[in-house]
Amino acid sequence: MNDLRELYQETIFDHYHQPRNFGRLQGANRRAEGYNPLCGDKVTLYLRVEGGVIRDARFEGSGCAISTASASLMTENLKGKREEEALQLLDKFHGMVTGSTMTSDLGKLAVLAGVTEFPQRVKCATLAWHTMKAALQNIDEPVTTE
Amino acid sequence: MILDNLFQPLSYYDENSGNYGVLSWRADFPILETSVHGKPLVYLDNAATTQKPQMVIEAESLYYRHDNANVHRGVHALSQHATDAFEAARGKVRRLINAVSSDEIIFVRGTTEAINLVAQSYGRSRFKAGDEIILSRMEHHSNIVPWQILCEQTGANLRIIPINNSGELELEAYNQLLNSRTKLVAVAHVSNALGTINPVRAMIDLAHVHGVPVLLDGAQAVAHLPVDVQALDCDFYAFSGHKLYGPTGIGVLYGKAALLEAMPPYQGGGDMIRSVSFDGTTYNTLPYKFEAGTPNIAGVIGLGAAVDYLAGIGFDALIEHELALLSYATQSVSDIPGLRIIGNALEKTAILSFVLEGIHPHDIGTVLDHHGVAIRTGHHCTMPLMEHFGIAATARASFALYNTRAEVDKLVEAIYHVKELFGR
Repeated sequence: MNDLRELYQETIFDHYHQPRNFGRLQGANRRAEGYNPLCGDKVTLYLRVEGGVIRDARFEGSGCAISTASASLMTENLKGKREEEALQLLDKFHGMVTGSTMTSDLGKLAVLAGVTEFPQRVKCATLAWHTMKAALQNIDEPVTTE
Repeated sequence: MILDNLFQPLSYYDENSGNYGVLSWRADFPILETSVHGKPLVYLDNAATTQKPQMVIEAESLYYRHDNANVHRGVHALSQHATDAFEAARGKVRRLINAVSSDEIIFVRGTTEAINLVAQSYGRSRFKAGDEIILSRMEHHSNIVPWQILCEQTGANLRIIPINNSGELELEAYNQLLNSRTKLVAVAHVSNALGTINPVRAMIDLAHVHGVPVLLDGAQAVAHLPVDVQALDCDFYAFSGHKLYGPTGIGVLYGKAALLEAMPPYQGGGDMIRSVSFDGTTYNTLPYKFEAGTPNIAGVIGLGAAVDYLAGIGFDALIEHELALLSYATQSVSDIPGLRIIGNALEKTAILSFVLEGIHPHDIGTVLDHHGVAIRTGHHCTMPLMEHFGIAATARASFALYNTRAEVDKLVEAIYHVKELFGR
């Protein structure tokens, strides 16, 4: 049960039950859809990017606690970041949840570090992030976690 | 499933039958001793694959230790042993599904390959633009995609039998879909996501009125109910060994001999030929015409052992046990607030698909796993079916002959842990 609490921290439940930045973003100029074929989870990410800076980020979709909380926390985190900073953050976040790199400067995102112990759930945690990368690259095709 | 007292343990010794029941069956499966996350394994993912009895594990192992050789060609002793064991297994499979002849039993990798074989050999050689293939809404992707590929190749179209909210096929709609353009009906005998047992006998009769052959996807049926292809009068029947307590990588396509005879080969290679020259090749007779290349010999022998194992238990005892378990499980989970069962067909095998309000199936699966309870979560390769129910996924507990009421209790207990964790 202890490991489960490591995965399902209060912050995760908070963002699962009340996701931040949820819904369509008016005035978005980047958009991408993400899809996890493993569980059927879908996320649509909207970004408003001006002068290389992400001014606003919102998402829609349905998913598990991990993927929803991850998307919610990510949108909070992206606002004000330069595009290249957002992509660096993706790398760090990916390193954290796969356990391949040790990172200490992820702030609130560190609540998702428990995913390392649950390899089957890494794709849930990274779905929104892959979608963010696709949105920045303006890839119209839905991205998948495969 | 006639038990006087629902709370009587199933693991009883029945003096009348001399059957020790589920406890003795459990002892046949070494993996059931396993612990996960420090808890005894409660394996409820049998619709994905069943565990293997010692008999099956030993049959493969003994073959490799004592008889390993290629089949059908050596003049040496080991090749003869291997061929005898291989062909004996074909005979066992024939008896399992009551085919007329062993020539009608084609060994393939699994249900998926069996369906692809029929699509590419039977379908591709005779379907044309405008022809129709009838499937149902509850098909596994393996009984959808091979037909979509065939439709792209031939210009044929798919027609889909709708289902009701209990997860049963709409027979009247099916009857109306049948017409002179219909060239094949391909439906699941039992639904992998819902457990629904489809009224295939009646459906086959209706199709035959129109001269339309029927393929049954029997992946979820063969381990849970007796299959008699002659009584069903089905034209093709496909199933996998690994859902039948046998090894992975081996499955069976049954086809009526007359149909198989008329079909072109599916793959070319060794074993499927009689003679080869650069001017042309003469194909082998059934069933070898469809078994190109060295087959999964150990898998076939393991499958034969699995069929023997099931025969030793008998479908009467197995069905009584599994249906009692389904009834107990259905009743047990029905009391859980916020839980909704997906699939309430009158005729069901022991599959319990469910959703919990406000909790995603994936999260249910992770938490249950931490309590040692292995279930499947997701769309179960039935995305059109999930769409019908307006959901992305379900949690699915699927039972086998070695599961017990105590395990159902652990499932229920673990579901309450999920709710507690999620504050629901």
